[in-house]
Amino acid sequence: MATLATPARPVAATEDVRPVRRRLGPGAPIRFGGLIGIAALLGAWVVGSATGLLDPRNLTEPWTVVATAGTLVENGRLQESLVTSGVRAALGLGLGVAVGTVLAVVSGLSRIGESLIDGPIQVKRSIPTLALIPLLILWLGIGEPMKVITIALAVFVPIYIHTHNGLRSIEGRYAELAETLGVSRAEFVRHVVLPGAMPGFLLGLRFAVTSSLLALVVVEVINATSGIGHMITLASNYGQTDIIVVGLVVYALLGVTADAAVRLIERKALSWRRTLAS
Amino acid sequence: MASHTGELKLDAAVRVQALHRSFNEAGGVLNGLDLDIAPGEFVALLGRSGSGKSTLLRALAGLDRGVAGHGRIAVPERVSVVFQDSRLLPWKRLLDNVVLGLRVPGAAERGSQTLAEVGLAGREKAWPHELSGGEQQRASLARSLVREPQLLLADEPFGALDALTRIRMHTLLRRLCEVHRPAVLLVTHDVDEAIVLADRVIVLDDGVVRHDARIDLGTRRSQADPAFARLRAELLHELGVEDDHDAVRGRSTLDERAAS
Repeated sequence: MATLATPARPVAATEDVRPVRRRLGPGAPIRFGGLIGIAALLGAWVVGSATGLLDPRNLTEPWTVVATAGTLVENGRLQESLVTSGVRAALGLGLGVAVGTVLAVVSGLSRIGESLIDGPIQVKRSIPTLALIPLLILWLGIGEPMKVITIALAVFVPIYIHTHNGLRSIEGRYAELAETLGVSRAEFVRHVVLPGAMPGFLLGLRFAVTSSLLALVVVEVINATSGIGHMITLASNYGQTDIIVVGLVVYALLGVTADAAVRLIERKALSWRRTLAS
Repeated sequence: MASHTGELKLDAAVRVQALHRSFNEAGGVLNGLDLDIAPGEFVALLGRSGSGKSTLLRALAGLDRGVAGHGRIAVPERVSVVFQDSRLLPWKRLLDNVVLGLRVPGAAERGSQTLAEVGLAGREKAWPHELSGGEQQRASLARSLVREPQLLLADEPFGALDALTRIRMHTLLRRLCEVHRPAVLLVTHDVDEAIVLADRVIVLDDGVVRHDARIDLGTRRSQADPAFARLRAELLHELGVEDDHDAVRGRSTLDERAAS
């Protein structure tokens, strides 16, 4: 039922009488709403530690974590580990993205390519990458190549799937147009195929970033002599909860930063449809 | 293009001989069609749905790969196509859309000039979705004309536009054709549009040319002209539609007001 809401005191000269329906949706967004939950959780941690409800052996006090982070930065261990982990993740991600994109384009543009590539990748997709680690250790040892390749293997699947899907959903009429304009194969790929597949690719990239961090943690915790994961494993052996928490915070920061970077790329690369979304 | 231009003389831009095309065993869409179009000639192609209009146009555009058939087609080297949808790439700005695949020195400058010619000066950096339907179709016209086509193939290019925009597009297209002088084959289902624009109107039926009429109404073509009405009735008759003029008089005067 529409109710007629008549203002009790008519404000100024302009009249505003309109039927208003009861709102069923969630309403206007709260500013910085996403941060409120995080702040509440941090607050609970501080209160819990201060009142002694949280045993420091299970979870260190927040101020100890900050102090430990300071010490780790001072003696350089944190930066060193961060750089090692960051380089690993970046190399694996870069390799996986490149391979996944090339395979998606080849498989999307040629039927022979599709017959050769698509089947094996669908099979690979059903094997969790982490289950391949024992085999990769036998083949590549436990050095950096094994770690980078494990991350790349985890990354290329989502990139392939989403880019291939994006590419296949480009409308055929654009290919027809390109034919009438007499563009070359290379121009077609550059001006029609790649930009058309970009939304799919970027979706794949967001999944890929998450996968790369997951694979990073696993390869670093299993067998590493450097990196954030190694730092955490050592701390675990000596019961240093504070160092473990610092490591986890660094992982969280890595994830958030990477996701923000992808969103930024998305905003830039998809500006042609930004006004549609907003 | 599959055809060669070697035997083309100056007397014809397009030469189609005994063209057959069929999509299934049951029957042909084009059944031995012959058609010549002179350089600079504006030909409108009318026909009921399924009469083979679009099939012919796609054959001339070289877009009917894999369709069964035979016959001879000779078209010029530079052929441009205007589709019913503007078919602008949504991820390219207007100018990049217009000069896509254009390999000449100063392509960007020529693209800007052509955009100005269709009344879109200064919109080089706009995204396609920021344009109205009529503007998008003008941009697609610019994309075709910037290639200096000897033959312009248009498949119901104004079919998706509203009536007022369509009238403006007619004026624009006539002016552009006078400047660039391509041979034009315009597929349309709108008899008035055909008479207003074309030098020659062809009616396609059952895959062959059934009616081929030259239009001698001069450059100012008004629907109030009795000759216009006669031609209109004649073409509608060829299309199998009987038009009762008295019944639609009210509507046609409205159209004229909009046109002026």
